[in-house]
Amino acid sequence: MSLDHPAANGVAPATPRRMPRAASFSGAILRRALLDAVVKLDPRALLGNPVILSTEIVAILSTLSAAALAVHGQPVGFAVQIALWLWATVLFANFAESVAEGRGKAAADSLRAARVTTRAKLIVDAERNLVVPTPAHELEVGAIVLVEAGDMIPSDGEVIEGVASVNEAAITGESAPVIRESGGDRAAVTGGTTVVSDWIKVRVTAKPGETFLDRMIAMVEGADRRKTPNEIALAVLLAGLTLVFLIAVVTLVGLGRYSGADLQPLVLGALFVTLIPTTIGGLLSAVGIAGMDRLLKHNVLATSGRAVEAAGDIDTLLLDKTGTITFGNRMATEVVPAPGVRPEAALRAALMASLADETPEGRSVVELARGRGLFADIPAGATFIPFSATTRQSGLDAGARAWRKGAVDAVIRSLGLKAEQVPAEFGAAVDRIARTGGTPLAVVEDGALVAVIHLKDVLKPGMKERFADLRRMGVRTVMITGDNPVTAAAIASEAGVDDFLAEATPEDKLRLIREEQGKGRLVAMCGDGANDAPALAQADVGVAMQTGAQAAREAGNMVDLDSDPTKIIEIVETGKQLLMTRGALTTFSIANDVAKYFAIVPALFVAALPVLGGLNVMGLSSPQSAILSAVIFNAIIIVLLIPLALKGVRYRAVGAGALLSRNLLVYGLGGLVAPFVGIKLIDLCVAALGLA
Amino acid sequence: MNWQGWAEIALTLGLQVAIALPLGIYLSRVWNGERTWLDPVLRPVERGFYAIAGIDPDRRQSWYAYAGAFLAFNLAGFVLLYAILRLQHLLPFNPQGFGPLSTHLAFNTAVSFVTNTNWQSYGGEATMSNFSQMAGLTVQNFASAAAGATLAAALARAFLAHRGEAIGNFWTDLVRTTLYVLLPLSIVVAIALVALGVPQTLGPSFQATTLEGGHQTIALAPVASQLAIKQLGINGGGIFNVNSAHPFENPTPLTGLITAVSINVLGWAAFFAFGRSAAVRKDVRALVAAGFVLLALGTSAIYWSETRPAPALVAAGADTAQNMEGKEVRFGAAGSAAWAGPTTGASNGSVNAMHASFLPLGGGVAMVLMQLGEILPGGIGSGLANMVLMALLAVFVAGLMVGRTPEYLGKKIEARGIKLAFVALLVFPAALLGFSAVAAVLPAALAGLLNAGPHGLSEILYAYTSAAANNGSAFAGLTANAPWWNTTLGIAMLVGRFVPAVAILAIAGALAAKPKLAPTAGTLPTDSGLFVGLLAGVILILGGLQFFPALALGPIAEHFQMLALTP
Repeated sequence: MSLDHPAANGVAPATPRRMPRAASFSGAILRRALLDAVVKLDPRALLGNPVILSTEIVAILSTLSAAALAVHGQPVGFAVQIALWLWATVLFANFAESVAEGRGKAAADSLRAARVTTRAKLIVDAERNLVVPTPAHELEVGAIVLVEAGDMIPSDGEVIEGVASVNEAAITGESAPVIRESGGDRAAVTGGTTVVSDWIKVRVTAKPGETFLDRMIAMVEGADRRKTPNEIALAVLLAGLTLVFLIAVVTLVGLGRYSGADLQPLVLGALFVTLIPTTIGGLLSAVGIAGMDRLLKHNVLATSGRAVEAAGDIDTLLLDKTGTITFGNRMATEVVPAPGVRPEAALRAALMASLADETPEGRSVVELARGRGLFADIPAGATFIPFSATTRQSGLDAGARAWRKGAVDAVIRSLGLKAEQVPAEFGAAVDRIARTGGTPLAVVEDGALVAVIHLKDVLKPGMKERFADLRRMGVRTVMITGDNPVTAAAIASEAGVDDFLAEATPEDKLRLIREEQGKGRLVAMCGDGANDAPALAQADVGVAMQTGAQAAREAGNMVDLDSDPTKIIEIVETGKQLLMTRGALTTFSIANDVAKYFAIVPALFVAALPVLGGLNVMGLSSPQSAILSAVIFNAIIIVLLIPLALKGVRYRAVGAGALLSRNLLVYGLGGLVAPFVGIKLIDLCVAALGLA
Repeated sequence: MNWQGWAEIALTLGLQVAIALPLGIYLSRVWNGERTWLDPVLRPVERGFYAIAGIDPDRRQSWYAYAGAFLAFNLAGFVLLYAILRLQHLLPFNPQGFGPLSTHLAFNTAVSFVTNTNWQSYGGEATMSNFSQMAGLTVQNFASAAAGATLAAALARAFLAHRGEAIGNFWTDLVRTTLYVLLPLSIVVAIALVALGVPQTLGPSFQATTLEGGHQTIALAPVASQLAIKQLGINGGGIFNVNSAHPFENPTPLTGLITAVSINVLGWAAFFAFGRSAAVRKDVRALVAAGFVLLALGTSAIYWSETRPAPALVAAGADTAQNMEGKEVRFGAAGSAAWAGPTTGASNGSVNAMHASFLPLGGGVAMVLMQLGEILPGGIGSGLANMVLMALLAVFVAGLMVGRTPEYLGKKIEARGIKLAFVALLVFPAALLGFSAVAAVLPAALAGLLNAGPHGLSEILYAYTSAAANNGSAFAGLTANAPWWNTTLGIAMLVGRFVPAVAILAIAGALAAKPKLAPTAGTLPTDSGLFVGLLAGVILILGGLQFFPALALGPIAEHFQMLALTP
């Protein structure tokens, strides 16, 4: 576990480049989706979707019924139109799914280009370094290959010898090379990446066809997309509703006959299709695919849709302090002068002591001074005194002058001071800094104690607001740190996390996750070290860093290609957005039924019971027009909602109650009203065009 | 409509809930096995029952053991009651010398009382001996009510459990509900009714000579004792054919109020008891609020409908302040509405007016109140359980909109729960609409109708609605004592009762096994006014809308026809 060294990959953070991907609605995707939509008319492809399958069956039956009318020489215009719109409903639903898949497929195509086609250098005799060129897809687990500058790494594996810089742009889109070396957390390499300099020997760890790149392609393509638990539950609900309406419609035959209405199968079929939840039924899988796709946009790869959903349900979020909540390094935030020393002099002494110090702490002192308008150059002929474990201080000697900075106790001891000789104000400043979680560094100028530097963990900007957002979402944040409890508490309160775990070992982390899960909570965490693997596997959502150890990447159910631990917050939001979109479309779909009843029921019975014209509250022009308009509305609403299904309902961190009232208003009330307006407008067009 | 009418409705509905609150706390204590003030007297009796039956009251049952006991108990009750009815002529306390019931009537009646429906294809005073009434029907009035209550007790434990397996012990739930709640309460109410003039006798019918010198047989019976449990147990099956419109069932305004309040006081009490036992009082208040709002709206709609001037009466120059056809003159429109709303909203089914004689919309509303699934508040416990199913669906659909896997009362709602909820909910429209559609075209069924046209269809719809919903109230006009009607209504009652009951117990088992989650800020709040509105909407759209086409052909068509008569 790299609690305090997130930058173990050795790469300075660069601006992440997004994965190669096609635009949302490019012409090519749309063309491919249209074709796919037709291919998916095969009923076997619809077996998993009872609502759309039912629609297709009704479409087939109404086509037959139109044909029968034609054979008998009766007018077929109305029947043909109904049949066509029912087919259109199925096609639109298929099209929605295909568009969602299309975006993934386009991304997969560009990944496939990175797949290794060249020959690997298989080492057959380690002692004599004898290599045999072998096709990459024939490499078995355990095979050892040599990869030299300019070669593509043929498969996933572990570096067993050598150090090399590797360009992983094919996977991460990040072009700055990273260091890969044997041993430790930087040993994992990914097939499809390229060695830029030096050489490494790699032991292959993935079976042919099961490499990270292969899995990634399969994921973005949605090839092994399985329905998630929530999707299954929703599908059960939709199937149940379909059955309810099947009963309601079929029994109308008997009830209608009693009332003198001889109901045509065609119009009963139309009523059935408009009542069953075709809107959500048609868009359900598109919503799921688009959710994975949105995650991919954040450069996060989920190994299952289940993980994305679980992300929305997270109750507890474990965050490593360093690199996630704070910047990786401690920074100087103030310089406290010793008694009798002017602040400028104290700052200058701290600056001089740090001028040649290239560590992040040293640079931060220079930055602090520069921020206050103080600049200095290294005097000519000066010598840098580097930090050593025995002196625990570093500094600069220039002629007769000398500056040092270092651990307070070490500095005081080297000055030969006794505890009571240290000025009280100085001691108080040191105590205050330590108590608030900072690190004090004593500064010595020419053998005199002149200042104490306050080094502290600096929060990444905006983290406090994000934690507040998470709290409103109902997510509890727990900060994990190797710091002592005092330091941890100070940082935790400054960052606004809900809880912290100090002096944490990987075992502590695993125990905390188990405890939380025991209370019925879902836990998310991210990690990159090999010793994070058990915790990543135990967590409900485990996000591994792409630059991290192979074991961690295998244990997690998501991989962040940018290796940015704060990304987990976006992951949670994406999960929530996915569930919200499903809920919103379901609510909309069900609320639509009210208007459809008022359109079709009077139309069905008005011939037999003219008084039921009183239910025609929309004033639709004729029974046939009413039925046709409801069917048309039902079909085109699917197309109109495709963008919403793909983009997702916007998530706001405002708490469940506020979210519910907003979404109920938009999708519940909107779903109630929209079809009244829509069907009326369509009816006006149908009547104007003389279609029915 | 006048303020006295509104006050009568408000008083009746308000008292039902107000009295239910303390009763619910008591009921919860009984379910939980806590001490009650009746313990010194009843505890030894209770232990005696367990000793005789060989039941270990401390053994907790898994859901299928619980459901198995539930079914076995009801099957035994059915067999016993069927035997009593078929052998009535051989059994004692038969002063009028009534013969045995026909096979189909005995089947229908036995099913009806075992399922807590109390649909009556017969007129009590001309069919049933005192023995059949007391040892047969009244016993089931207690047993079926207590059996229904066990559903809520089991469900409460399921919601409370954290990865548990057991949902309680059916036998103790049954015995304790009967012994500590139904019996004492019935005794108190029965004595009050006797004191207020309701007859209680085993003597034969009274022969009276009218002023004109004609002879009249005035039926007598142990009315008070049966009346008390008929109302409190949400049963509804009366001694007399005209049920609570009969002056012996309802001699004074005070008996009217007592019996009206008793219609669903224990139904609401089961809601509050569930809230206390499952430690979800606030959430249950939302369930009560949603149910109460719908019930109050329905009752008001009936009152409104029954005070509309019927165009034909206007044309005839009659008094149209209220529609008095089929109503007891003592009750009028308000008194009839204040009874019709609760009796259909609860699965009581006793009547004090003839619902068939309501104006079309009034009768239609009574049907809708049953079609919403008998959850306003429905039967004791069974109503609460069905209401929880609706809440599960509401939370599932809307809960997704807050971006979490929906959870209700700390339990996640997943595929199995939805599947079982639909098993419970689907059987109702299937039985109701399925049988109605066949009956609507079957000559053997149509022979039982009094009216043709939309009103005749309403007679069919009302009968199957009442049966499938286990309500038991009748839309006068239908002659149901015929093989087709007795058999199909019996089947509708059976599936309407037992399929949902087993599904609910299975849900309880599934819920109990899940971890109990603590609510967070991201959890959908289920105790807010917003949720009340959402739940009411889901009940209307998912529970009620499916019947709209059928209703359009019945009461709605009749309503428009009536308006078309406007001179």
